[in-house]
Amino acid sequence: MDITRFKSKGFFIPGLISLVLLILLATLPLSLGGYTVVLVTTILMYAILTVSWVLFSGPSGYMSLASAAFFGVGIYIGALLLPNTGQVLPLLVVVVLGGLASSIVALGVGALTLRLRGIYFAIFTFGLVVLILEVLNWWEHTVSHIRGRFVMVVDNETIFYVMLAIFVATMLTFFFLRRSKFGLALQSIGQNEEAAAHSGVNVTMVKVLTFALSAFFVGAAGVVWATRLTYIDPYIAFNFFLSFLPVLMAIFGGIGQIYGPVVGAAIFAYLQETLQTEFPEVYMLTFGIVLVVVILYLPNGIVGLIPKLWRRISGGQHANT
Amino acid sequence: MLEVSNIDTFYGKAQALWDVSLRIDEAEIVALIGANGAGKTTLLNTISGLLRPASGSVEFLGQRIDGLAPHTIVELGVSHVPEGRRLFTDMSVRENLEMGAYTSGAWKRKEETLEQVYQVFPALKERGGQLARTLSGGEQQMLAMGRGLMSKPKLCMFDEPSFGLAPMLVLEVFQVMKSLREQGITILLIEQNVRHTLEIADRGYVLENGRIALEGESKKLLKEELIRKAYLGL
Repeated sequence: MDITRFKSKGFFIPGLISLVLLILLATLPLSLGGYTVVLVTTILMYAILTVSWVLFSGPSGYMSLASAAFFGVGIYIGALLLPNTGQVLPLLVVVVLGGLASSIVALGVGALTLRLRGIYFAIFTFGLVVLILEVLNWWEHTVSHIRGRFVMVVDNETIFYVMLAIFVATMLTFFFLRRSKFGLALQSIGQNEEAAAHSGVNVTMVKVLTFALSAFFVGAAGVVWATRLTYIDPYIAFNFFLSFLPVLMAIFGGIGQIYGPVVGAAIFAYLQETLQTEFPEVYMLTFGIVLVVVILYLPNGIVGLIPKLWRRISGGQHANT
Repeated sequence: MLEVSNIDTFYGKAQALWDVSLRIDEAEIVALIGANGAGKTTLLNTISGLLRPASGSVEFLGQRIDGLAPHTIVELGVSHVPEGRRLFTDMSVRENLEMGAYTSGAWKRKEETLEQVYQVFPALKERGGQLARTLSGGEQQMLAMGRGLMSKPKLCMFDEPSFGLAPMLVLEVFQVMKSLREQGITILLIEQNVRHTLEIADRGYVLENGRIALEGESKKLLKEELIRKAYLGL
């Protein structure tokens, strides 16, 4: 199998490309506006979830299905602190609080469960989504007697810019973590946890902290998403799909390269939006077929295609591995 | 330097070590000999903190280390090169070595230590950018040993470093042990190759069924009836 690993080849060119893309994104509302802004916000939301998932699960090898839980915690914090009856705190403060709340949940869960390996960890993290959902449901039914919560309306452009800011923060964290000593330790845990401990890595701490860090961005995105939903209840906030979609998007895009998850999330979210509106009857079917094809024929995801195509264009002097 | 006193270690309910005591002095090579399942690796894992003894104590440089976390014990200067190498196979040779210097004190001096390790194992320098999985068996063992040295240990414990190596390479491994000792590193060595091991070691311990069956100077051990019969086939 082809082992694609991210290597540092200088900062300048990738940095420049990222900057140009960022400026293009930031000026988007001015040039296009309307529906495009809403669509790109959705793409950014999925990208944050996917990159956050890869941030932890990629190098460590622990498959987390807790994304929906962290996202839901963010949504709920958003609904509680940004009700339509009157804003309690500024939006950005609530975004940070939502992120922190998700991190705290991740710290607790991580400390309890990160000694579980493989499938057990995946199942437990998914169980967390169900657990929080059911507890909240019970609470709203029997204690607070609130059927659903209305969230403050925020204009699309503000939502877009806050989401963009969270996305940039996620990408920068992802980028620098991969290059850091901490990132090296996380990767070594994924390779051989016992040897990592022998090397002097505090494996539990590295795992739990990274888990909490990745949850922060998901929770922050959840707060913003709440203002877009404007009405939430526990079932809307804790949507099981959002535990699986980041995993699928990451595999779809390819996790070997830093931009893989972003490309995966972008194409995936775009497909989802268009298929859902254009072909609502066959949307899930088409979706499933595309995914199966990618997994079967592109083990390194969509971005794994680029070196292959490049080899073909440049005359194929390199062996096709 | 290291003083293991009367430890009992369990895996769940099964007792693997019974009242084991062992002493290592500075700049010594101490051999640990025994059949498969005798408890050699268990003893090493107990010293390096992966297992906790149910009773007894482990002292390193006068400080109790039993009950400390593995990463803390590495930081104090005990390095453990585990059985079966346990490399980070999809990371580069250089990254594997850097991981060995993970503790904060060693990390600051990692470039310098890296040069020293490359002097001991020149082959690793040439292969720095390669993934560890692409190395030959011998090179992988060199890498595992090199990684163990990157933490600048005072005591280095090797668990069967010659396992699965060609005879020429086995001799090389023993040469490395000797030169490490000359550099002032104390060594605890587990080996199947009893004759070679006792030839380079100062003292040795024989573990049988989780108990120390025999201990003493290597030269004397080589003449012991038990060792000659059971391990040297004489």
